Formats: sequence, C-alpha cells, structure tokens
Amino acid sequence: MPIDTDALERSHDDAPVTSSKSKPGDRELIAESVTINRPAADLYGFWRNPANLVAVMANIQSIEMIDDVRSRWTVKAPAGQEVSWDSIITHDVEGREITWQSAPDADVANSGRIEFIDAGKRGTIVRATIAYEPPFGTIGKLVAKLFQREPKLQARRDLRRFKQLMETGEIATAARTRKQLEEENA
Amino acid sequence: MRALTWHGKHDVRVDTVDDPEILNPRDAIIKITSTAICGSDLHLYDGYIPTMQAGDILGHEFMGEVVETGPKSTLQKGQRVVVPFTIACGSCYHCGKHQYSACDNGNPADNQDIGREMYGQPMSGLFGYSHLTGGYAGGQAEYVRVPFSDVGPIVVPDGLDDDEVLFLSDILPTGWQAAENADIEPGDTVAVWGCGPVGLFAVQSAFLMGAKRVIAIDHFPHRLELAKKFGAETINFEESKTYEALMDMTGGIGPDAVIDAVGLEAHGFFVDNVIDQIKATMFLGTDRTHSIRQAIHACRKGGRVSMPAVYGGFVDKFPLGAFMEKGLTLKTGQTSVQHYMPALLNAIVEGKIDTTFLISHRMPLEQAPEGYKMFHDKQNEVTKIVLKPGMDLAQAA
Repeated sequence: MPIDTDALERSHDDAPVTSSKSKPGDRELIAESVTINRPAADLYGFWRNPANLVAVMANIQSIEMIDDVRSRWTVKAPAGQEVSWDSIITHDVEGREITWQSAPDADVANSGRIEFIDAGKRGTIVRATIAYEPPFGTIGKLVAKLFQREPKLQARRDLRRFKQLMETGEIATAARTRKQLEEENA
Repeated sequence: MRALTWHGKHDVRVDTVDDPEILNPRDAIIKITSTAICGSDLHLYDGYIPTMQAGDILGHEFMGEVVETGPKSTLQKGQRVVVPFTIACGSCYHCGKHQYSACDNGNPADNQDIGREMYGQPMSGLFGYSHLTGGYAGGQAEYVRVPFSDVGPIVVPDGLDDDEVLFLSDILPTGWQAAENADIEPGDTVAVWGCGPVGLFAVQSAFLMGAKRVIAIDHFPHRLELAKKFGAETINFEESKTYEALMDMTGGIGPDAVIDAVGLEAHGFFVDNVIDQIKATMFLGTDRTHSIRQAIHACRKGGRVSMPAVYGGFVDKFPLGAFMEKGLTLKTGQTSVQHYMPALLNAIVEGKIDTTFLISHRMPLEQAPEGYKMFHDKQNEVTKIVLKPGMDLAQAA
C-alpha cells in the first residue's frame, strides 16, 4: 500500500486509507482502481510516456516531454488562456509503479502514484493515488475545470478511458457524427 | 436520414437528422432493412426510464446491410447482419466469460457513473435505450453506427428473410436465456408469467430444453392462443386464480421452475436524470412486482426462479421469507445476446424455432409514431410491429 504512514498507523482494518470516513489531513487524497485485461508491462509502457495520456485524460490539452523524467502539462483555462505546470517522475520501478510530483513552482500542486499490480488471469490492477492542495484564489476556477468538481470522479473516468483504449484499441463513444464527437471532446 | 426520435411521454416523431459516420476503427455503418418495436420501448414511450433526452433515436432490435466499415471491422460491405442490442467489446474480462451484457467497455466512460451510482457497477452499453446505457442512437432509423462490429453483428446466410432472423437481436435470445436460467430438467413443469414475445420464446425454448409441461399465464386471449400453439397449457389470470390453478395442475407441488417475463410494466423508476439527485433520493420509486411475487409464491420447494423481465429500481414486499424458506434459486440479467446468436441462428435454419408467427404488423418507418400508439393501446392484437425503412405505404400489412 502506498502513501502516508501516519494514516496507516491510525488504521484498524485492511481497507485502503483513501476509503477512510475521516479525512487524513489537509491534503485531498484520492485513490481509484481499475482492472485491465492486459499484462502490467504493456500498461506501464503506455504510462511511462506521459505524452500518451492526452488520449485518456479529458481535461488535459497537451503533455510535452521535456526530458526523460520531466513533462509539461497544459490545460485550457477560462477566457482562452492556457495554464501549464511541470511534472517530475520521482520514483520509477519498471513494470510496477511510477510516482510523480509537480515542480515546486507549480500553480496546481499535485503528486501521485500509479501502480500496476499483477492480477493473474484478470490482467493487471491499475491503482492511481493522487494528492493535491485544495485550490486558492484565482487559480480556483482553473482547478475546478481541471479536476471538475469531483477529482475522484475525474480520475475514475480517465482510468476507464485508459482501460478501454488498452483492452479494445479505442475509446467508446455514443456520438453518431464527427461533429458530435468533437463537441464531446471539446 | 430519417429516424424515430423521442421527445417526451407519448411523443415520438420521425425527424430528419444527420447520417451516422464511422468514428472508431471497429465501427460499421448499417443500412437498416428491418427494425422492431420492443415491449421495453414502451417503457421509454411512457416516460418511465430516466436519462432520456429529447431527440434520442430509439430502437434496439434491428438488422440491415453493411454499407461502410472502419479499418478494424471484420464485416464487408453488402453483408446482411443482425445486430445484438447489447454493445460489447469482446476483449474485457466479462466478454471473455461470455457475459456480454456485463461488458466493461461498451458504455462510454462518462456515462458509466450513472450505472455505478444506481447499481454498484455499470453494465454494457445498449442501443437506443437512454443515457444510463450509454446514450447510443438506436436502429429505428435509415442508418445506424454499430461500435465493435467485429464482435456483435452476425452475418445472415442467403435465403433467410429478415422476418425469420430479426429477433436474434434481442427477444429470441432473451427468451432462450430465460429458459436456460430456469435450469430445466427433463420432465419438468415450467410456468411462464407473461406471453409477450419474450414469454412466448421462453415457452418454445423450455420445450426444446426438455420441459414436459409449460403453463403460460397472461390476460390477453390472443397471446394465450399463441402460447397454446406451441403446446403450452394456459391460465388467464382474469378468469382463474393463478396460484390455485398452478397448485392443482401440478398435483399440489408447484412448478419446478418459474419464469417472470412481465417485469416493471408502468411502474418503473422515477425520472431522475442527474446523478446527484439519484444520490439524494435513494428510493427512486418502486417497481411493480406482482408477477415475480406470485411466481415465487407458486414455485415448488427447492425450485428455480428465472427473471428475464426488466426491473430498474427498488421493490417493496419482495417475498424474501418464501424465497429463503423454500430454498429457491434466482437467475436473471440483461441478455448476453452475442453468446446465443450463432446457435439460435442454426436452430432457425433447422426449423426448430419459429419466429415469424409473432409479427402482427409491418409498416414503413415513417409510420413509426402510429406504430407506437397502436402497440401501446392494443396489446391483445398487436404482438409485434416490424418497421421497414424502405417500404411503400401500400405494402404495409
């Protein structure tokens, strides 16, 4: 289990700390899991190149690789603006997990870990744990857009799209026309 | 193209809308040649299914000709296909177990939240059946976009008419699965509540699986007659006491297996199309459950209960005590159509199952609104309406 050893010590059962009924501190901490019918190595390989993630993350406009561990994330902000921050891979275990941390000057301070756990015949459990600072001031609107109102919901939806792409080779849409699809993705 | 669209309670219209396009590699576009109105479409027509939006194209029983394919579709232009109403990817864990209606990926990611809130886990996508099941455009139209076309549609051999194979899309596999879920043993007596299309196919299927007797229960004389043609004994619940009759007809034992093919009828779940509201109002309304209650009451000790009938919300007065004390088994679920299609197509080719008896009316797509009204108002005479987009008004019968 990842993260926050203080919280783990408070725990009296085997449930993940992120499902605790009491909040483990000031930071928002969420976890979401999805099981994907593919080997861990394939899924890790996709995730290790963050540029791939644009396809599954609904609110991210672009992810640009700066070097092997640093990438620049850009989201659309209100009034046609863009806001970017850098994300740095801080820990990397091939085929098993990737931990990241936003650069110290980031407007959207966040950190997290994605784990790839072998699930035998069912494939791989992909577990995302994300911590972020609650938004302040003018950046609030942007963060609301980035994580929508419920970051947990957003993470869950992004993981579902990741699963669809990995299992089926495409992301399911109910759109009937290209125009509708573009509106959905706007 | 022209398409039958939903606009509200008892308000469906044939509108001109944009043609569908290939959007994903595994897609195909089908030109519809036949599409039926399903009893469950009436739940939409009556406005009881939440998450419908004005302009939604209805229809989940359809077939036609392949006119366009994505690069990863295995279909070829010109092929005639029947399309399953469940949208399943074929590659997830559940599809691997042939539980296609439980497909993880057929429902678009953002839509899955509704199913998760309501049921704990979201089910597959369905064509033309509200945004709870994906918000996919249905097949009561001239054309339809079919996702995962390499997994779902089954190619129809030459020489078979549309009318013979159309019901592979939903009601025939649903009736078959209902009988399979009843775990029928040779010599069994099976009681079927509801002689709509699913009930009537369950009657046929139960006999094919070795039932000695099938007892069909309804209140529409014409539908009971159809059941009789397939060898069922009948109970008209307006004329006879169902439980008393069943006990007497089975020598005081009760049916070995019971099948509820009636379902929620008019009392569905409330119109409640926002997740937050679903969270806030956990009661959602109460499904009308008379038939399942009666089925459980009549079923013999240690017997089997199969429930193809559609329920959406919560129930009151479910006879949990009778269910536990008698040691019953319940099997249910949306149909895994893809699993049953090949074998049932063979059964049709070999003449073991008749499907055409069901069709009472054929009409052009343009007349679909009249069709809905007729099906809704006259359930005795109208057993099944098939819409034919290309048909002239003069050919309608």
